[in-house]
Amino acid sequence: MNIIKTFIPTLALFSAVFASHTTLASGETPRAPKQEWSFNGLFGTYDRASAQRGFQVYKEVCSGCHGMNLLSYRHLTGIGFSKAEIKAIAATVEVQDGPDGEGDMFDRLGMPADRFLSPFPNVQAAAAANGGKAPPDLSLMTKARIGGSDYVYGLLTGYSDAPAGIEIPEGGNYNKYYPGHVISMAAPLDDEAVEYTDGTKPTLSQHAKDVTTFLAWAAEPEMEDRKRMGIKVLLFLLILTGMLYAVKRKVWEDLH
Amino acid sequence: MDTNKMHPIIKWVEYRLPIFSFIDHSLGSQYPTPKNLNYWWNFGSLLGLVLVIMIISGITLSMHYTAHVDLAFNSVERIMRDVNYGWLIRYIHMNGASMFFIAVYVHIFRGLYFGSFKAPREILWMIGIFILLAMMASAFMGYVLVWGQMSFWGATVITNLFSAIPLFGDSIVTLLWGGFSVDNPTLNRFFSLHYLFPFVIVGLVVLHIWALHVHGSNNPTGIDVKSDQDTASFHPYFTTKDLFGMGLFMTFFMFFVFYAPNFFGEPDNYIPADAMVTPPHIVPEWYFLPYYAILRAFTGDFLVYQVISLGGFLMDAKLAGVLAMFASILLLLFLPWLDGSKVRSCRFRPIMAMAFWVFFLDCLVLGYIGGKPADGIFIPIGQFATFYYFAHLLLIVPLVSRLERPKSLPESINASVLKAAE
Repeated sequence: MNIIKTFIPTLALFSAVFASHTTLASGETPRAPKQEWSFNGLFGTYDRASAQRGFQVYKEVCSGCHGMNLLSYRHLTGIGFSKAEIKAIAATVEVQDGPDGEGDMFDRLGMPADRFLSPFPNVQAAAAANGGKAPPDLSLMTKARIGGSDYVYGLLTGYSDAPAGIEIPEGGNYNKYYPGHVISMAAPLDDEAVEYTDGTKPTLSQHAKDVTTFLAWAAEPEMEDRKRMGIKVLLFLLILTGMLYAVKRKVWEDLH
Repeated sequence: MDTNKMHPIIKWVEYRLPIFSFIDHSLGSQYPTPKNLNYWWNFGSLLGLVLVIMIISGITLSMHYTAHVDLAFNSVERIMRDVNYGWLIRYIHMNGASMFFIAVYVHIFRGLYFGSFKAPREILWMIGIFILLAMMASAFMGYVLVWGQMSFWGATVITNLFSAIPLFGDSIVTLLWGGFSVDNPTLNRFFSLHYLFPFVIVGLVVLHIWALHVHGSNNPTGIDVKSDQDTASFHPYFTTKDLFGMGLFMTFFMFFVFYAPNFFGEPDNYIPADAMVTPPHIVPEWYFLPYYAILRAFTGDFLVYQVISLGGFLMDAKLAGVLAMFASILLLLFLPWLDGSKVRSCRFRPIMAMAFWVFFLDCLVLGYIGGKPADGIFIPIGQFATFYYFAHLLLIVPLVSRLERPKSLPESINASVLKAAE
């Protein structure tokens, strides 16, 4: 018990000293505000309708520049598309296959097993078409940025005219949440950027929310399985630990 | 073990290979253990558990991993997405590394507080330090295998440190890389060594436990076992206690695996390695942050550097930083002699106990500074914390341990237990 008694004040002192420094150190780019996501929390799941609309946003807007090379069309069952729908989605693209028996490459319609078609044949072409820097792949975007989904949503909705005093260089755009504020991607979404078929109101924030949900699923397609299994594992461990404690108590009873 | 009560088959085996009595003497009823061990003593068995989990999950991952610069990152993502329960195995392995270091740091600080490193357990302690070094090498190389941005740039920064060594530095770096930059040969040798090191650790652990069993566990009072009254047999007392600890620890571990699997990680490592783009802040994994802070504390104007290099004459600041970083761990090898007190436990050494907590706090400060960019207020704080780290080991411990008059010790472990129960 002695250790605990000394430890707690030590820890308190530590956090008090450093709480003051963290506020000092947080840079000038603000953190994107937290959003209510369907996939937050211990029981969170991906809102299927939102993720499907998000896929539509990706397909009609983002995929013009950004690939998602870790995903195959068949993975889309994860957000509730049926096998037939996926077949139809895959068949909207043409992919190169081969070589065939004659040694020639040939084009064919996409199949569910194909990876998402990339907008550019290679990184060099992507960079050349985008002012020297290839647009990043979006497969892991919500995992690969500090702030995750909140950051992606903040970025998509964070465009505005630059405040007075901030110089935006040629080809740059002002974004509140992008580190350094100058981003080369122009505002990709707007009200009515995409026409929804399910009657959802096509606002900028709705588009951003939907596509972020889709990207969050794409980055962590295992999340629902993970959380479902986690509940069972933790319950099992808690009960087991309780029982082990009872055993330990019983065994030690005669010793003290 | 009473051979007459044995099952005939067990008796047959025992006669030829006395493995049952060996187990009984190591973990069973024939291994007397101080009965006053508190829960800080659970971390040894927890470390054994994590080591086994890491080896099993690691061997499974290696069945699906491809050690090639063009394929490594995507092969990890393939494990996450397409291999059955691959995400589970990978998250166990990834968080297991953090659990390993949490447990080992608790284990080490427990040894420091209760004087477990002191005679006659010096070699036991020193083997422990070598296990820590092997764990660090393993963890570092494992992190590189993912081949994300932080993998690549972490590998570049850390391997480059060796270039500070006079005369041979550049040749050593070339050897580590297998070429002239961190590239495919580097990834291949790191994979090979990452597979090897855990078994080196297993070997060291065998020696560690062997040395432990010679004199048995230290205990919170730090006094020697004097009679049977002071001890309880390992089985069933400590087997049940360790199992309970394992239940708690696994609950903690699995919470992260299932609900915050990337809590300990850096988002940048989900960006594939790119030799052309340097991340804005290169930070190592959390368990390396204190050493990283010590490394970076050594700038040209750091007073400690000026003194040890005789005003910059002996070595440049980079070499001093590298030496200090290694010294921060290697100095611990000499701790049994730096600490001259006959009394082990800080329970009876109030001044040393205070120094211990300040040292512990200092390590937390170093860890915090290691994760911050090297500018502004963070530089002098990091430098002071670095100075204090070495001052603790080289000045405070030798002096306090020799000058402090410890409180009077209890007559026996049993007496202290009875007194606490009153």
